[in-house]
Amino acid sequence: MNHASQQRIRLEGVTKRWGDSRGVDGISFDVDPGQFVILLGPSGCGKSTTLRMIAGLEQATEGCIHIGERDVTRLPPGDRGLSMVFQSYALFPHLDVADNIVFGLRSRKVPRAERRERLQRVAELVDLGAYLDRKPAQLSGGQRQRVALARAIISEHPICLMDEPLSNLDARLRGEMRREIKALQTRLGMTVVYVTHDQVEAMSMGDRVILMQDGIIVQDDSPDDLYNRPATAFAASFIGSPAMNLVHLDAAGGKAVIDGEPSVAVAPVEASNGQLGLRPEDIVVLGPDDAGLPARVIDGEYLGADTILRLAVGSQVLRARLPGKRPLADGQRCRLGWAPAAAHLFGDDGARRDDLTPLTVSAAVGRPSGDGGHSASPSPSGTSPGIPS
Amino acid sequence: MVEMNSHRRMQLYGALLLLPAAVLLSTFAYLPTITTLINSLFLPGFRGAPTEFVGLENYRLLIEDSTFWRVARNNLIYALGTIPTSIALALAMALFVNARLPGRGFVRMAYFTPTILPMIAAANIWMFFYAPQIGLFNKLLGALGLSGVNWLGDPSVALSSVIVMTVWKEAGFFMIFYLAALQGMAPELKEAADLEGTSRWSFFWRVTFPLLMPTTLFVLINALINAVRVVDHLFILTKGGPNNATNLLLYYVYENAFSFFDRTYAATITVVILVVLAIVATVKFAILDRRTHYQ
Repeated sequence: MNHASQQRIRLEGVTKRWGDSRGVDGISFDVDPGQFVILLGPSGCGKSTTLRMIAGLEQATEGCIHIGERDVTRLPPGDRGLSMVFQSYALFPHLDVADNIVFGLRSRKVPRAERRERLQRVAELVDLGAYLDRKPAQLSGGQRQRVALARAIISEHPICLMDEPLSNLDARLRGEMRREIKALQTRLGMTVVYVTHDQVEAMSMGDRVILMQDGIIVQDDSPDDLYNRPATAFAASFIGSPAMNLVHLDAAGGKAVIDGEPSVAVAPVEASNGQLGLRPEDIVVLGPDDAGLPARVIDGEYLGADTILRLAVGSQVLRARLPGKRPLADGQRCRLGWAPAAAHLFGDDGARRDDLTPLTVSAAVGRPSGDGGHSASPSPSGTSPGIPS
Repeated sequence: MVEMNSHRRMQLYGALLLLPAAVLLSTFAYLPTITTLINSLFLPGFRGAPTEFVGLENYRLLIEDSTFWRVARNNLIYALGTIPTSIALALAMALFVNARLPGRGFVRMAYFTPTILPMIAAANIWMFFYAPQIGLFNKLLGALGLSGVNWLGDPSVALSSVIVMTVWKEAGFFMIFYLAALQGMAPELKEAADLEGTSRWSFFWRVTFPLLMPTTLFVLINALINAVRVVDHLFILTKGGPNNATNLLLYYVYENAFSFFDRTYAATITVVILVVLAIVATVKFAILDRRTHYQ
């Protein structure tokens, strides 16, 4: 794991076609040594195919893949110097844990003594020392996952590819393994390319997230930028739970308004026919007499730490995340506000429009997005000069 | 008391569920076995005379019967000639048609065709291949300028000819089991091995073959039973001749029972076959089962 110069992965215009259908359509990106890069996207977006092309399990139809200085596009998987963790773990059911872990070392004719020594070290690293003589069938899901990890680590390849490694685990174990994998990666300085459809894994583990849709890259950014500056409406809707609200905008009175609610302008007229994006936690619910966007509570979902309210605004439905338990009754009228910086505008093609500035809906809410503390109490009225009524 | 009743009822329920299988097995397997065993202790009564209890006399005769030993040796050669070859061939064919190749479905069907044919029909086809004057093999040899072989008439060749036909007939059948097992294997195993640069040969011996062990064991037992059980082709091809060169145990039983009308002697041979088969199957399971990984 000390050949830092060999760790860089570079994809240039990589395409995978099956007959007429394009699985992956001319994507390019670089992965720096030691980086933890997430390939994120819904199923069928080409993220697994991309990973399998890097691994050599699929042949790229076009484009080339470099690892370090080498063009590996046509090399067989075994010559690329990488290891992989599969979703199904791909453990050999007839071999015990120790034999599973050293399987690759035996293939590469590593001497027995060295095999044993490396096995000892890796088993300790993933905490499997007590299970070395068990068969995979006698292990729990989390332990099997560790064996798969151990098999990837023991090869001492600088690059590790992971294909949805946590999706077969239950929610609690997943959280644990997320931290463990991240800690191992940092400790060993591995370069990891990690495929997932789970945005929580992407946000919590990745140094960088590459969001894919229909075989192309939608956004390639840090988790922070992906969340706070989604490049498209799709990126906005894919990240966050619940997802960002996307409401359709119409033109009314020379401004853009939310479809079916012409009384409050939310953006310049150029934004109409596009979409307005609002994170649920950025929406502030105000009293019915405050200045803001008129809304009606449809229902609420109490989750313990917070409550998800569904709110009807014109013909659209918004979700708002409010801390604690909300005493708002179903059907109650209220007003909504948000900081202008928390509003995202997308054109009718779905692309982010940074050329437009969202309007202030309620002056009572001035905080920039990302600040904690949702003001739930009705703000003092009469202090909202910029609000059209 | 109520608890006892419900327990009894469950037992009765279980017994009733077992009943159909128990009746069928008893009628067609256990009772005939016991009758055979009893029959083997008697001499047949000719012209209406009652059968006579002679104890182990039949077994003494059997040990002194040179034809029996000849037939038993034939059967051993037949088993050794057919079982390993047909299993190896079946595995090779299954690996071949499990890979991506054009016309895969057609090749699979072609391999399986001999199995669908009734043994009698298959034997008739091979009669045509083996026929001394007009047979396919001798025509081919003739075209190469070689003199033909009397495939079924020459005592030194006849048993081999029967073995070849059996392998042809059985390999396709066993292939189906291997193919099913191969398709049940996760493709990720191969991919995981590929990533470590594992060679095809090494992958076969370290992963594929061990994972196929349950199938191999099953096929092995089946092949063994078939080697003793299937004799239909002898009726068509050789009738056990020439000079018992192709006579097999079950055919010898048939001859004794229905040609020589010595039913008790036939019963004696049957008992010996049963005992030998039981021992071999037990040994196989005892040795191989421990090394077999069941999913």
